Amino acid sequence: MSAAARFGGFVRALPLSGRIGLGLVLFWLAAALFGPFIAPYSVGAFVDNDVFSDASRRFWLGSDYLGRDVLSRLLWGARYTVFLGLGSALLASFSGTALGLTAAIRGGWVDEVLSRTMDTLISIPSKILALVLVAAFGSSLTLLLLIPAITYTPGNFRISRALAMNIVGLDFVSVARARGESARWIATREVLPNMIHPWLADLGLRFVFIVLLLSGLSFLGLGVQPPHADLGSLVRENVSGLTYGALAIIAPAIAIATLTVGANLLIDALKPVDDRA
Amino acid sequence: MSGAASSGSALTGLLPLILKRIGAALLTLFLVSAVVFTISGLLPGDAAEETLGQSATPEQVAALRHEMGLDRPAATRYVEWLGAIVRGDPGQSLVANMPVKEVIAGRLPNTLMLAGFTALVSVPLALLIGIASAINRGGLLDRGLSLLTLSLIAVPEFLVATIGVLVFSVKLLWLPSIALVSPEASWGDTIRSCALPVLTLTVVVVAQMARMSRAAVADQLDLPYVEMAKLKGVPFRRIVLFHVMPNAIGPTINAIALSLSYLLGGAIIVETIFNFPGLASLMVNAVTSRDMPLLQACAMIFCAAYLLLMLVADVVAILANPRLRAP
Repeated sequence: MSAAARFGGFVRALPLSGRIGLGLVLFWLAAALFGPFIAPYSVGAFVDNDVFSDASRRFWLGSDYLGRDVLSRLLWGARYTVFLGLGSALLASFSGTALGLTAAIRGGWVDEVLSRTMDTLISIPSKILALVLVAAFGSSLTLLLLIPAITYTPGNFRISRALAMNIVGLDFVSVARARGESARWIATREVLPNMIHPWLADLGLRFVFIVLLLSGLSFLGLGVQPPHADLGSLVRENVSGLTYGALAIIAPAIAIATLTVGANLLIDALKPVDDRA
Repeated sequence: MSGAASSGSALTGLLPLILKRIGAALLTLFLVSAVVFTISGLLPGDAAEETLGQSATPEQVAALRHEMGLDRPAATRYVEWLGAIVRGDPGQSLVANMPVKEVIAGRLPNTLMLAGFTALVSVPLALLIGIASAINRGGLLDRGLSLLTLSLIAVPEFLVATIGVLVFSVKLLWLPSIALVSPEASWGDTIRSCALPVLTLTVVVVAQMARMSRAAVADQLDLPYVEMAKLKGVPFRRIVLFHVMPNAIGPTINAIALSLSYLLGGAIIVETIFNFPGLASLMVNAVTSRDMPLLQACAMIFCAAYLLLMLVADVVAILANPRLRAP
């Protein structure tokens, strides 16, 4: 079966909400990848004499507080939001899973120490932990990749440890241990392939949380710093347009919502029916 | 008589379990304080350099560091800091030049009021949505509400706030877009200026709360006793009110306490948008101005509030579980 046909089958199997979610996610992925190439204006160019103008032929989403094209800035901003979120979510999931597998396979005091540490970190609300980290280290782009990753590693640890614990008790793992396989082999060849579906769902959820966290930080002025701007920064910089109901503030806020809601709908549609809340 | 006696002994049986949970929560809070102190103590430039600015000579910095006690070992400073927090006097705010205690005392009541109002609005609303969805499981109403709450969970707080301001302050001119809260304001004014922040926070927490209460009620509906009652011919309304709800109340309160923790994160954005003079916006200011004593104190209050909600959820779950109540 060709890849296209398999993808078609996958889409047909989704409920309507899942298809909408998939469409939104693919749209934003494409915007992040190709946006800067199709953006009508340069990201920092002052192209309109008016500020906070309405949608027009020249400026599809109007202009911002300095007379820059909102659509172009949105297409550039999507790049930061999507890739920072994706990178951070992958980082959180990989480190959480590596630690979770270690805890489940080694057991004993390793498990005890890791679980205690992660339980402590999970008891700090994510936004509070992120704020303390930003206050201590600042918010360069590298740090904005690391801070949400640190914040959401404990959640992934908990889930992957629980998943791995269920698998570690099964016969085929005992057989592998008896064969004398290394811990790394057991983790990557025996346990990991059997938890990949819930793991992917968790990755998707972390992505949603991280995008919301990063946009929130940027909105507070503590996230992506100028001259860079993600979608949250676009909402912040145009906040003075709120009283005019300017598109410049609504468009990026809706952009974030369509990305996160889309991802959330897609993940929910991929869950097995009996788990769906 | 025997009923009262047995419930008394059941409670004494539960007491050690609950005390254990409280002890665990306190231990976690202690570990959390170590994490908060470690992270905020790892500053590249310390408070002495921060205060003196770039023109200071190394001798001046060293002198001030000595005076502020920053040259002593981290463990000593941690113990002193923790002692000060426990005594309720977490030091001097660097930016406001006032004791942190006073700065926080001016803000904390406002945040508690905001949280209280939000809980008052969101809990009944979430229960209504949750129960309505659970008893119509699989129906059009349930699927519609499920889609709505699933989407709302992923909507950023500032979009809700923005739409709220656009509709109620800009278009309809009903409500102020900036929350002016002061002790002199009348109750009417206070409620009016809290309306939009409360509305936004309600939207933020209600989705999660409704989903979790639906799950709690739906779990009960799956149990055999409901099937039995149906087969006996008990009307469905009666089953829900007198058979299911008494059993679902524990898990539901548990779900509500857990979802109220979303208030903490939501408050940070909402208080900032509406210029609400609360603890969360104070903490954001502390981050921007790198006012560490204030930041640490705010972070500890939020963590303590979070752990308290988790503890309440835990204890309610224990109290509501008949298996744990049996001697």
